[in-house]
Amino acid sequence: MTVPKRIGKIRFGLISPQEYRKMSVVKIITADTYDDDGFPIEMGLMDPRLGVIDPGLRCRTCGGRPGECPGHFGHIDLIAPVIHVGFAKLIRKVLRGICRDCSRLMLLDKEKKMFLEQINTLVDLGQPTDDVVNKVFSEARKHKVCPYCGGPQKEIKFERPLAYVEDGHKLTPSDIRDRFEKIPDDDIMVMGMNPETARPEWIILTVLPVPPVTMRPSITLESGQRSEDDLTHKLVDIIRINQRFQENREAGAPQLIIEDLWELLQYHVTTFLDNTVSGVPPARHRSGRPLKTLSQRLKGKEGRFRGSLSGKRVNFSARTVISPDPNLSINEVGVPMNVAMELTVPVIVNSRNMEHLRKFVNRGPDKHPGANYVTRVDGRRVKVTDKNCGEVGEQLEVGWKVDRQLTDGDVVLFNRQPSLHRMSIMAHRVKVMPYKTFRLNPAVCPPYNADFDGDEMNLHVPQTEEARAEAEILMRVQENILSPRFGGPIIGGIHDYVTGSFLLTHGERRISRRSLMEVLKKFDISDLPEPAGEENGVPYWTGKQMFSQVLPKGLDLTFKADFCMNCPECKGENCENDAYVVIRDGQLLKGTIDAKAVGAFKGKITDRVIKEYDPTTASRFLDEMTRLALRGIMLAGFSFGIDDEDIPKPAADQIKDVTHTATDNVQKLIEAYNAGELEPLPGRTLDETLEMRIMQTLGKARDSAGSIAGRYLGLDNSGVVMAVSGARGSMLNLSQMAACVGQQSVRGERIRRGYAGRTLPHFKRGDLGAEAHGFVESSYKGGLSPIEFFFHAIGGREGLVDTAIRTSQSGYLQRRLVNALQDLEVNYDGTVRETRGIIVQFKYGEDGVDASRRDYASPEHVHRIIQKVLKEES
Amino acid sequence: MKKFAVQDHELVPSHVILSPEEVDVVLKEYGVEARQLPKIHINDPVAKEIEAKVGDVIKIIRLSPTAKKSVFYRLVID
Repeated sequence: MTVPKRIGKIRFGLISPQEYRKMSVVKIITADTYDDDGFPIEMGLMDPRLGVIDPGLRCRTCGGRPGECPGHFGHIDLIAPVIHVGFAKLIRKVLRGICRDCSRLMLLDKEKKMFLEQINTLVDLGQPTDDVVNKVFSEARKHKVCPYCGGPQKEIKFERPLAYVEDGHKLTPSDIRDRFEKIPDDDIMVMGMNPETARPEWIILTVLPVPPVTMRPSITLESGQRSEDDLTHKLVDIIRINQRFQENREAGAPQLIIEDLWELLQYHVTTFLDNTVSGVPPARHRSGRPLKTLSQRLKGKEGRFRGSLSGKRVNFSARTVISPDPNLSINEVGVPMNVAMELTVPVIVNSRNMEHLRKFVNRGPDKHPGANYVTRVDGRRVKVTDKNCGEVGEQLEVGWKVDRQLTDGDVVLFNRQPSLHRMSIMAHRVKVMPYKTFRLNPAVCPPYNADFDGDEMNLHVPQTEEARAEAEILMRVQENILSPRFGGPIIGGIHDYVTGSFLLTHGERRISRRSLMEVLKKFDISDLPEPAGEENGVPYWTGKQMFSQVLPKGLDLTFKADFCMNCPECKGENCENDAYVVIRDGQLLKGTIDAKAVGAFKGKITDRVIKEYDPTTASRFLDEMTRLALRGIMLAGFSFGIDDEDIPKPAADQIKDVTHTATDNVQKLIEAYNAGELEPLPGRTLDETLEMRIMQTLGKARDSAGSIAGRYLGLDNSGVVMAVSGARGSMLNLSQMAACVGQQSVRGERIRRGYAGRTLPHFKRGDLGAEAHGFVESSYKGGLSPIEFFFHAIGGREGLVDTAIRTSQSGYLQRRLVNALQDLEVNYDGTVRETRGIIVQFKYGEDGVDASRRDYASPEHVHRIIQKVLKEES
Repeated sequence: MKKFAVQDHELVPSHVILSPEEVDVVLKEYGVEARQLPKIHINDPVAKEIEAKVGDVIKIIRLSPTAKKSVFYRLVID
């Protein structure tokens, strides 16, 4: 193994022309690339000394073959110096700061000393010196006369993109270079540069490095035609102009022509470095496509840093749309046949699995489960085809590697972006299925934050035994039921699972033998429980008994359900609402199963099962619970339609009354305010008090309208069932649909923006009434008036803007945290260390506790343990 | 007037300079060299107060609601 080397320090600077020449292996003088025979031309842009890309040739510098030779730089001698675009602003600053005659930094000696000291302290502290350096230049610029030679200074105008005009004359790059060359070393240090690594004149290019051919390979098209890289095209331009320039100058061409050519050379060098400089028309390919030059290769999402170094592409992966399948286990993923036949798992042939693998190979690549490739002992890879599969199968020997197709039971990683937490990538077992989507149990949607409105997910196939073992032990879905965020289950019933459990277990639902069989036929149950009773001589069972079938034996649990009304005096087991859940020895005796019991994020039962039993039991419980809940909801029948939002006439009248009284009360408040009778609340102005009182009144109106509607909507209403059980929506959503939408707000206040003194021209200026500031009296079902609709849109827009901003902000925060923390590692001794072995924490989290295993660490749970131990002893 | 001492404040955890023998025990326990420990600057108010020297290792005992006591070691640097 090679010993890792530690980087002592990194120094950034400019490369001097001498250094460019030293590292160059060849001077490029002709713009040609290949000769007629297809061989690279010497001293051309594809000179064999710059490295090789054509197979069969060897690099003339290092002797390496293509792939071995890293490539070597060449150089072009520019006939006249040109400006480096990346430094245009710096050139401006330096030009203005130095004397036009003696090139000294125009600061007094004692100022220079002071600034140098400041810069040195900042460098010692490892902090940026930008602020001080900017100060240096702005101070130096103030001098109208050079303090050293007394020469008068002239204003230098910077004309975008690359011209510096002094007193009406354009400064040529040569002029600038001459001035920069004369700057004394001591002054360069005050400008925050190190004269040994970065002299200002090196910014003006006299030599242009030619990148190795390995980073600008040409492509041979199918027609045999060569197509050159964008960088090569640009270099060709530079060399052509450079040559023309030289010829013209030697021939003594007029100054005008020389200047034009100089400008053209500047243009080509500029676009070679950066093709998106504002004010410079981008250089284009013959087809009209802008060229991708140096800066474009590095910058942005698809650039070298973010696209190639921070992010990479992988093989053995698949991506497609996801869809639900409640019959799958939470540990499984449904993989389309097409995908399964493309993805492979490598298996080494040994004497024990030879016959097994031979069957795969014999089936060929077109019959699942087959094999796509075999690799012989000597490393030769053979593609298994329909024609050679039988032959290859016979040849199979110990030591060969077979790339067999994905089959049921293989372990794969499943992922949905954005991968914000570790549960965004989990290991599933493959289940090959027809059609073209990945299938997953809806219970695992919460950790992925997935839904089925067109979401796509990625699948990766681990290729080594170690990877598979790691995935199976650490990343299996069942190992990730408990979230390390809050120590509770993140996987659990959603939507219909919760509704189904609720409908099945609420009250005493009587179920006939036939229905019972229908629901339980998919379960592995050998003994039916005793019937709960008889009705007209026919035995019946209860929903609670059925739910008990999926509970693990020996489970004891008592808790209040999600829809517990928080009565002032809890009646415990005798709860009138059936909201007090009692489970004894795996039998649901009392209470209703809802979101609090089995839902994602809440799931008390799931939580208990995984902590008292093991992940396998928990995953089986979730599998069976989801299946039971769905059959439960199908047994009861469940739908929600527009008429579920209907409320009876008396209720509608009552609601109308309430909202009218509220608007009247608001009017009374305003009158009191105008009459000066309103008492300000402590710490508020009178205006604020009025606003608060109005908001209060209207808020109360919405609530009482909601509770009136709630009184008429009972558990026979599907919307109420969903809201109460915690499956989806809330009573607020329902009352907005059925009764009254309520006050619309922007930043927590009533809507005030719009015209001067009023929100819309429909109102009088200064109208403070409820309607004029966004109170929506109507319900969604009843329909909004145009004005109400407009206010509603204002309020709705704020929500959209907020979410858009929040996601981008939290995304950036996440990126910064990940970049800062990605190399930290928890070691086996519990310490947290970074890559150099430097300890960050002596004990993970300072207490060494894994949040997902500490069971909320509350005293209540100690009682539990005591209770359990004592009971088992007696 | 009594001189102000940072360590008297309840939010400042206790800092103790370890003897060379104790340092050896700590380094052996974690299998690290001294330079792999977290650092504390010689100008740190507490480091100044307990008169730590460059190269000393300071043991910091923090009180924590979850771990009761959490122990940190820091190498004094300049």
